[in-house]
Amino acid sequence: MSTYSLSDGLASGAPRLSRAPLLASWIRVSGAGILASVAWIAFGLSCLWWADVGDWSRTHSLGIAALVIAAIALFGTVGADYLGSAGKALHKRAPWLVALGMFLCVWEVATAKFAWLPLPFFPPPQAIIEVYTDDLPKLLDSVFASVKLQLGGYLIGATVGFLTGVSIGWSRAVGYWVHPVLRFIGPLPATAWLPIAFFTFPSSWSASTFLIALATGFPVTVLTWSGVASVSNAYYDVARTLGAKPSFLVLKVAIPAALPHVFVGLFMGLGSSFAVLVVAEMIGVKAGLGWYLQWAQGWAAYANMYAALIVMSLLCSGAITLLFSIRDRLLVWQKGTVKW
Amino acid sequence: MVALAEAITHPAAGAALDIEQVGHAFDIDGTELPVLSDVSISVEPGEFVALLGPSGCGKSTLLRLVAGLDRPKAGTLREDEARITRPHPSRVVVFQDPTLFPWRSVWDNVALGLEAQGILKSQRHRVDAALDLVGLSSFRNAYPHQLSGGMAQRVALARALVNDPKILILDEPLGKLDSLTRITMQAELVALWQRKGFTTLLVTHDAEEALVLANRVIVFSDRPARVKADIRVDRPYPRHRGDPYLADLRRQILGLLGLDATW
Ligand SMILES: Nc1ncnc2c1ncn2[C@@H]1O[C@H](COP(=O)(O)OP(=O)(O)O)[C@@H](O)[C@H]1O
Ligand SMILES: [Mg+2]
Repeated sequence: MSTYSLSDGLASGAPRLSRAPLLASWIRVSGAGILASVAWIAFGLSCLWWADVGDWSRTHSLGIAALVIAAIALFGTVGADYLGSAGKALHKRAPWLVALGMFLCVWEVATAKFAWLPLPFFPPPQAIIEVYTDDLPKLLDSVFASVKLQLGGYLIGATVGFLTGVSIGWSRAVGYWVHPVLRFIGPLPATAWLPIAFFTFPSSWSASTFLIALATGFPVTVLTWSGVASVSNAYYDVARTLGAKPSFLVLKVAIPAALPHVFVGLFMGLGSSFAVLVVAEMIGVKAGLGWYLQWAQGWAAYANMYAALIVMSLLCSGAITLLFSIRDRLLVWQKGTVKW
Repeated sequence: MVALAEAITHPAAGAALDIEQVGHAFDIDGTELPVLSDVSISVEPGEFVALLGPSGCGKSTLLRLVAGLDRPKAGTLREDEARITRPHPSRVVVFQDPTLFPWRSVWDNVALGLEAQGILKSQRHRVDAALDLVGLSSFRNAYPHQLSGGMAQRVALARALVNDPKILILDEPLGKLDSLTRITMQAELVALWQRKGFTTLLVTHDAEEALVLANRVIVFSDRPARVKADIRVDRPYPRHRGDPYLADLRRQILGLLGLDATW
């Protein structure tokens, strides 16, 4: 950007003064959005321009959809001032839209159009879209089954782990009995129980729920326990001189003070329970996304596998995001005391 | 303001405190560390007693016994004739660290005692009044990490006062504050004590602070602490730091603490 002296500006008049910087700042603000639009036009055209090397039914629709997205990006960028928060959101994500559009374009050309990547293993985007449109009922059933299994197991594991952790953190007697058991069984990967669980439990569903609960429960227990155990005695002294009974000390002192630790345990438990969920579904449960993956592999339906993987990663990251927002709500007081 | 007036006129006279031949010791790696040895102090209701002594002599230990947080190895402590065996909200401690609960707002911190006793629902106005008393009503929704050291200590004071204690136990509550905040809070403390009439037990390492605030200054020996001197300070409030009578007492006290060569 060029600089002007005061006398220059006075001599030449205001309009000329501002034109060049205005253009520069317009490019800075809208450049990414325009580029995003260009990238998605390129993707759309790459769908429509050449003929497919294989037989896919959604190529045309995908090309049109890409052009529609390009148009939205363009108008959203040009009219950002009138769109309020939606315009801002688009502006923030524009660089990612550019990258995504370019990636899809390359993917499309490398698979559907010139088959640079070996074909059955690397399906083009339209093949995956086709799975979502044509195999939707089965996919939705699988999603529903997975969510149900995961949610049940996770909630059971988190609850039991939390209660156990608080009990061992609080009571020496409970600690005496539970601690060695925890030491012995806890570090075992929950999946190692799979073969036993599947024939000792009445159904594969209850066995998997147990395993997911186990995978969740261990980290939640250990971290809740260490959280409760590390609460400073000074807090208890203060509460006791103010007339607190033991129940108050547990519920209003120990647990809130331990909550940041508990959330670390909940995050760890979520991660390890996902692994158990997928394995359990692949091996025993005849439903869910893990089973869908397995089934697709049996039919060499690679597009279905990619489609299921994408759904799975959306679900997992959605669950993590949900847990983050719960934590942020419960632990507002930590803002400013620690770096998030 | 109505709540404030009500809190001030609320009758909460002080209790008598009898410390009778109290001894205490800690077990450190199998060896016994004697901390208090035959300490006897009799405090009248409404008296303001300052405890002075070398660092590590056992002052905080004595306060914990008075609060009922620990039981003495020998001797007894009584509040109004009743033996002290466990903590009770009629004896509230303000520690050197404010130890506010970081997950509670200022208001919720002050409400802690009433909540723990299960009477918060009907007594919410007392929390507001206590916050008014220490001048922090506008920070009711703030979290402790948003407060300065002096403000945090005020909240800790409000959290103690809201319970209308009969004995207020202060363990170097102003020790970490800057000198300006400290002088202001000393004046506020005296005003509060005069208005409410609770018995006050103040540990401090500052002889001047003890003399400006207390009716009585008790000087302890090195560990294990014994009562070395019990000095009455017969001076009206508000007291002036430059008062020659207090300066004389101060020299005397510093002498007892082993500082006569330099002072
Ligand atoms: N819980 C404890 N366990 C062992 N030793 C302690 C404990 N509390 C205090 N002490 C020891 O008792 C002595 C007196 O401590 P304290 O009462 O805190 O002194 P001060 O007069 O400085 O307040 C110190 O030597 C300290 O190390
Ligand atoms: Mg001390």
